[in-house]
Amino acid sequence: MRIQLDFLAVLSQWPLLAKGVLWTLGLTAIASVIGVLAGVACAWARSQGPGWLRWTVGCYVELVRNTPFIVQLFFIFFGLPAAGFKLSPEVASIIAMVVNLGAYATEIIRAGIDATPKGQVEAAMSLALGRAQTFIRVVLPPALKKVWPALVGQIIIVMLGSAVCGQISVEDLSYAANLIQSRNFRAFEAFIVATLIYLALAIAVRRLLTWLGPRFLWGR
Amino acid sequence: MTLSRRLFSLSFMFLLAGGAAHAQTALDDILKTKKITIAIPTDFPPYGFVGTDLKPQGLDIDTANYIAAKLGVSVELVPVTSANRIPYLQTKKADLVIATLGKNPEREKVIDFTAAYSPFFQAVFAAKSLSIKSYADLAGKSVGVTRGALEDQELSKVAPPNVDIKRFEDNNATVSAFVAGQVQAIATGASVAGNLMAKNPQLNTEYKLLLKDSPNFIGVAKGEDKLRLKVNEILAEARKSGDTDKMAMKWLGRPAGELPQ
Repeated sequence: MRIQLDFLAVLSQWPLLAKGVLWTLGLTAIASVIGVLAGVACAWARSQGPGWLRWTVGCYVELVRNTPFIVQLFFIFFGLPAAGFKLSPEVASIIAMVVNLGAYATEIIRAGIDATPKGQVEAAMSLALGRAQTFIRVVLPPALKKVWPALVGQIIIVMLGSAVCGQISVEDLSYAANLIQSRNFRAFEAFIVATLIYLALAIAVRRLLTWLGPRFLWGR
Repeated sequence: MTLSRRLFSLSFMFLLAGGAAHAQTALDDILKTKKITIAIPTDFPPYGFVGTDLKPQGLDIDTANYIAAKLGVSVELVPVTSANRIPYLQTKKADLVIATLGKNPEREKVIDFTAAYSPFFQAVFAAKSLSIKSYADLAGKSVGVTRGALEDQELSKVAPPNVDIKRFEDNNATVSAFVAGQVQAIATGASVAGNLMAKNPQLNTEYKLLLKDSPNFIGVAKGEDKLRLKVNEILAEARKSGDTDKMAMKWLGRPAGELPQ
């Protein structure tokens, strides 16, 4: 079998690919911010919240972590309209990514919170800090610092997982690659290019977040 | 190793992988191994779908079995979608593609086609309450279509620029999106639409615009002329003996009619 690679046929479609990259990054950025915030809230609920809240959040975490992302996405996009919630593909994707990342982030951040020495919390209390102040200023920063690499890894996984959002017609990078190969049948080249772009994006996002973390989340 | 040398050795590996001679060996291989691999759809009733016994069935599957029987070999059916059926042929994962494949110049550049084996047309369908009389009426509306299917290319050509074309991975997803109300109209093949209307009478879906009359052809890998001519021979005999019409009657409810060679 002769394989003649023609990358020009794929690269000449660069506006489509560029748009795809922007969509992938945009979805990831929005989902990461909301997802991590949701993760912090749920981690607090699971470690220090009242019993019923612990149980509810526990159900959410187990439900999401034990079902495939694409099924969650299809449930939101194809399933919810039957119940009257009609969402655009983009909004459905962001919700699915937030829900997914939120559940994993909950467990990652909870691990960090549990690893904070009890004495630190008691010290904060004895200095007359309130419960919320203690959590936000004393418990959370070192907790995030401890689990940051794991959290960044999870954000990358969600970004790469967003490739399936192309299935519900979100015009992300995987959608662009698929569209190009369905137009010019250069499947091999299209997916080589998409793979390399995803690789570059993953490395870039990891570096960016590793750089951002110490500067903005817990101070150097 | 420098980067350019790495790139060089990488391209050399590709050369090696692609080095084998491109001879017309498909037919000989099929007859020698007594086995033919045929790509068929499973999301495209009545051409190819999965029955209650979980086995693929339909006009395309019958055609595949018919050709295998005439060649005197056993058949292995591989399910494909609209988007990946041509790559299956290009990468030799299948000897033939019998998957409601329409013929167009873009496709003729990368694969070869046999004579037509069944009739087909693509159109835009939508609810009766939605007024669509011409392509211009599609402006501002959302239309669902299966990515890489012929209707995708036709729609992209004729639709005004402000049509919101939403592309889905396979026919099931496209139909689900339409049924769920995620798109206002659907551009698809007559058979898919027929099935959709029969199963969802509450949507009041009706035929709106013809996109293309496109009979189905069988795809063979580029340059496999021996296999192509042999299949053409079988198809011509089937037309003469009335088997083509019999299969069309069974699945489409009408004879095959005039088919281009």
